[in-house]
Amino acid sequence: MIQLTDIHKSYTVGNKQVQALKGVTLNVEKGQIFGVIGFSGAGKSTLLRTINLLEKPTSGSVVVNGQNMLSLKEKDLRNARKKIGIIFQHFNLLSSYNVFDNVAEILRMNRVPKDVIKKKVEDLLRLVGLEDKANSYPSQLSGGQKQRVGIARALATDPEILLCDEATSALDPQTTESILELLLDINRKFNLTIVLITHEMQVIKKICDNVAIMENGVVIEQGSVLDIFSNPQQQTTKNFIKTIFDDNVPSEIVDNIKQSGPAAKILRVAFRGDAALDPVLGTLSARFPVSTNLLYGSITSIKGTALGILLLHISGEEKDVEAGIQFLRDSVYNVDIVSREGGSN
Amino acid sequence: MERLAEMIPVFGQSLQETIIMVGFSLVIATLVGIPLGILLVITQGNHLFPNKWIYHTLNTIINVVRSLPFIILMVAIIPFTELIVGTSIGIEGAIVPLIVYTAPYISRLMETALHDVDRGVIEAYQAMGASRTQIIFRIMLREARPGIVLCLTIATIGLIGATAMAGAVGAGGLGDLALRYGYQSWDIEVMVITVVILVVLVQLIQSLGNWAARKLKKSS
Repeated sequence: MIQLTDIHKSYTVGNKQVQALKGVTLNVEKGQIFGVIGFSGAGKSTLLRTINLLEKPTSGSVVVNGQNMLSLKEKDLRNARKKIGIIFQHFNLLSSYNVFDNVAEILRMNRVPKDVIKKKVEDLLRLVGLEDKANSYPSQLSGGQKQRVGIARALATDPEILLCDEATSALDPQTTESILELLLDINRKFNLTIVLITHEMQVIKKICDNVAIMENGVVIEQGSVLDIFSNPQQQTTKNFIKTIFDDNVPSEIVDNIKQSGPAAKILRVAFRGDAALDPVLGTLSARFPVSTNLLYGSITSIKGTALGILLLHISGEEKDVEAGIQFLRDSVYNVDIVSREGGSN
Repeated sequence: MERLAEMIPVFGQSLQETIIMVGFSLVIATLVGIPLGILLVITQGNHLFPNKWIYHTLNTIINVVRSLPFIILMVAIIPFTELIVGTSIGIEGAIVPLIVYTAPYISRLMETALHDVDRGVIEAYQAMGASRTQIIFRIMLREARPGIVLCLTIATIGLIGATAMAGAVGAGGLGDLALRYGYQSWDIEVMVITVVILVVLVQLIQSLGNWAARKLKKSS
């Protein structure tokens, strides 16, 4: 649906060249919810805005729905943009229009007949749960309600893609949840492709199928949300995941374990799907003369698949520990040996 | 008191002259000033039609015209005034320089009002595929309405001030009345009454403008 290939973007601030994007390649499938996460300044907003060419890349190619966006004339680009909805962190609603007109105005611009507009806007307001607010002005709405108007407006032109530019970053956690539910709902209902950028791992975990992690203008890691959560490779990715699974082991405990014997290790064990329900630890201590101690455990569901993370302290004779770890590797999704210096690397 | 009663038609006449001068110049200056204001905003870098040349040329002309005191401007453009209305005296002779004086003023105020329209909103409609003309006329001008009303209020009051000097070319008006009776003949009564009428007029216009802007803001 969306292919971004080797996107570079640089601009000048004062007399300094800033490279916002340094060769980003992404591929978003139809119907997917694709998340891009990164700290502010990572270039994720610039990346999102190259999809509808609000930002023109310095080099690279942007193909949306089979169309090479960079080769389009102004009028064709405008038509292509009508198939790409967008919602914003600060909603960007028209303050002088009421809710109905905020959704209707783009349809009027597109010369849609009046009676069609009326029905369409009413349907959309019902979809986002604001049918009783049609005559309110944005200043009378809460943040969550404003974003719902934003979503209704973005859907007015029947887009195939919805871009979300930090759409929940200005909202409180509860409102964020309800907006994410709504996005998930419209993704399923209309098979709408959604690309969202965020700095909250919670958002990725809740609704995304795939995720790309950005840092300093490059994608440092990408894959399915489940894979990234169960087996993160990059430090930044691990840090983001820690905002959800806070599996930091206090250094005193790491020191204690180090003193308890040369073979003692801390393992980060990831279980996925049905394996999360198997009694692997019981089998481990029954079959190998090692002692295990549970330091941390958490289980969550990512898009319907269970994901469990355990931190285990394992000790015993060196060869038994090795064999035990091998047994774990064969039984569960992923086993990482946490560095002896502390932290889960 | 009796004398003042005799003066009533004179006040009426002057008020009428002021209203005609202000009304005419305001309408035409607005028709010229609003497009210029739009042009000043959209030709800036990063806006809808970035164009350095148009922006800088327009910017300089507006600054030059706005630097001239009205009385100097009025004399300086006499040939132009004669070309347009065939005379440089009377109400017609005053209206041309009043327009030349006020239009750049309005375009500057318009620039500020239009700049207050959230860039994010403009961007949102660009992203939805709205054309640039649609964005100017259906988004920017509409969103800026409260600001535009306040800008025209300020321009109207400025115009009333400028018409006082139009007396110099025999155009009459309230300001001229205050000057002739008060300053030149030392007729305190007439001068005070004229000033009171002017104060009331300005108050009325400002209150009307504020009310309309509030109404348009709909920020209840």
